[in-house]
Amino acid sequence: MPDGATPVLDVKDLKTVFSTRSGEVHAVNSVSFDLRPGELLGVVGESGSGKSVTMMSLLGLLPSPPAEVREGTVMLGDIDLLAIGEDKLRAIRGRDVGFVFQDPMTSLNPVFTVGFQICEPLRKHMGLSKAKARDRAVELLELVGIPDARRRLDDYPHQFSGGMRQRVMIAIALACDPKVLIADEPTTALDVTIQAQILELVKELREKLGMAIIWITHDLGVIAGIADRVMVMYGGQVAEHGPVREIFANPAHPYTRALLRTMPKLTGTRDAKLRVIEGQPPILGRHPTACPFMARCAHAFERCGTENPQRRDVGNGHDVACHWDHQGVPV
Amino acid sequence: MSERKKLLQVIDLKLHFPIYGGLLRRQVGAVKAVDGVTFDIFEGETLGIVGESGCGKSTAGRAVLRLYETTAGSILIDGVDIATLSQEELRKKRPAMQMVFQDPQASLNPRMTVAGIIGEPLDEHTNWPRAKKLERIYELMDAVGLNRDFANRYPHAFSGGQRQRIGIARALALNPRFIVCDEPIAALDVSIQAQVVNLLEELQEQFGLTYMFISHDLSMVRHIADRVAVMYLGKIVELAPVSRLYDHPAHPYTEALLSAVPEPDPSLERRKDRIVLQGDVPSPANPPKGCNFCTRCPKVMDICRETEPVTVEVAPGHFAACHLIPQTAGQTGGAEVEHNQTRIQQGEVV
Repeated sequence: MPDGATPVLDVKDLKTVFSTRSGEVHAVNSVSFDLRPGELLGVVGESGSGKSVTMMSLLGLLPSPPAEVREGTVMLGDIDLLAIGEDKLRAIRGRDVGFVFQDPMTSLNPVFTVGFQICEPLRKHMGLSKAKARDRAVELLELVGIPDARRRLDDYPHQFSGGMRQRVMIAIALACDPKVLIADEPTTALDVTIQAQILELVKELREKLGMAIIWITHDLGVIAGIADRVMVMYGGQVAEHGPVREIFANPAHPYTRALLRTMPKLTGTRDAKLRVIEGQPPILGRHPTACPFMARCAHAFERCGTENPQRRDVGNGHDVACHWDHQGVPV
Repeated sequence: MSERKKLLQVIDLKLHFPIYGGLLRRQVGAVKAVDGVTFDIFEGETLGIVGESGCGKSTAGRAVLRLYETTAGSILIDGVDIATLSQEELRKKRPAMQMVFQDPQASLNPRMTVAGIIGEPLDEHTNWPRAKKLERIYELMDAVGLNRDFANRYPHAFSGGQRQRIGIARALALNPRFIVCDEPIAALDVSIQAQVVNLLEELQEQFGLTYMFISHDLSMVRHIADRVAVMYLGKIVELAPVSRLYDHPAHPYTEALLSAVPEPDPSLERRKDRIVLQGDVPSPANPPKGCNFCTRCPKVMDICRETEPVTVEVAPGHFAACHLIPQTAGQTGGAEVEHNQTRIQQGEVV
């Protein structure tokens, strides 16, 4: 991970708002991050933390209305994805940026063969002939470890198991050699032994193809195994961000610390009782003027209610949005 | 351990779902969802059941409450075989055994209020006056940490964790002794999971409950269970006290399963020598010959493809079914599978 390299993706101050009958929901609030060539950025957060909505906003994948990307820039190289309009965006989706979704059953079309679905982006974006696209599709299926690839092209998604379907999804996402691969909870629907297979595959593919990956998950264990950098999201904002070892060794945000403590471990001593984070995740109704974690935070004080903390650098490429510093002194 | 009372004894339980096919819709085969499992649950303990999807853990849980009609085997609760009870007698037994379901969204009727949902078992099994029922409902809401003021709200007004609390309150309504928790935290966020697990533990202590805790989350099962059974393709491949199972797994499947769990520690994760199993779980309609695990086992031998391994006691209370485990004297060979299976009764040294 070359540190000074120009990022392939640079997101600044992204704001996405949903209009609902009961008012606006601020799902993504001033989220900024970058993605460097060849690195894997892990995005962690609970449901409703805004991690998926952020990624879908980047590529205009949210239905509008109700969603509206209100502010921000998303630079893919020197193109601002938020400014170029739907037609040009369509040419970028699937070609420069590949997407892998959580549930491989619902994201593959059940009435088309797997071969057809892999060939579709190849013919559309790369203009390959039918025969060439088919050859490339076989290559891709072999790349993601599906045995007997040529024959399986004519199978339908239901003829594949869950893990194999996710491999097909990855093959589709990789079809046009994307610069960026966004994987939204790609292993959440899978069993642990199958998840282990997919994680191995992704590690292999990274070495072979060298694309940059954004990996969204709620599983800190998965992140620990594959990510270079981690971004922890809470209540539509970035709570903390830094290199993976930093985040796990010196978590600076009370939310990250609490999250790491609540997880039972597979080794070591068993706690008599699990540590909990009391309360519920916030409802993102109003424009946030307070820290979203305040209601559940053990260290909350007056200022947390009146001022939404800004991200500040704490060294080693690590930043945190909290009014407290490491020593427990207000900043 | 002999003084501990067995609340539940499951002996060679089988549950096969028939497959019909052909022109005349004859039965052409069966999905062997649960294929001969034997275990006990002691009073006041938590038995964890782990395994991947399709291994039969949920089916086993439901069969134990006789929510499915069993194909063979017996389920003894307090010495009474509920597998053969008539519906009427079974109904009288129901209050003692309850269930908490995985999906708190789907298992609560959206048209009933919280009070209605929690009170339904009382309507069915008691003839208490309204006021007494309401008092009990409030008591239950207090016990699971729900605000009494929300009794007249509908499930949609609650978050996932709160809905699961409603489901737990309903299961507690009739003072059960035994609760099957079928993936009760799988649909919840990490920060909410710990809340629900702590609640289950508190309630267990308070009411002396016995749990069968079905989950695919090995770390959480390690936390909550006293003993753990690992299922693969309809069979229990290993059963042991929790620390024994996690520290000294005897079955290659348990080993692989444990090694596949990602740990939230980057340095540990990158050092770890992960056993990655190849392929998928075979179909339970057509399980492989010999050992069920032989198609994916990294340590497979010729004998595994021929003969089904016998369950042996590796250490006191630690049982596993694998050909790699030396057969000790007194633990006899392959022909006596069934005989041996019925002897897997924890705490008894065979």
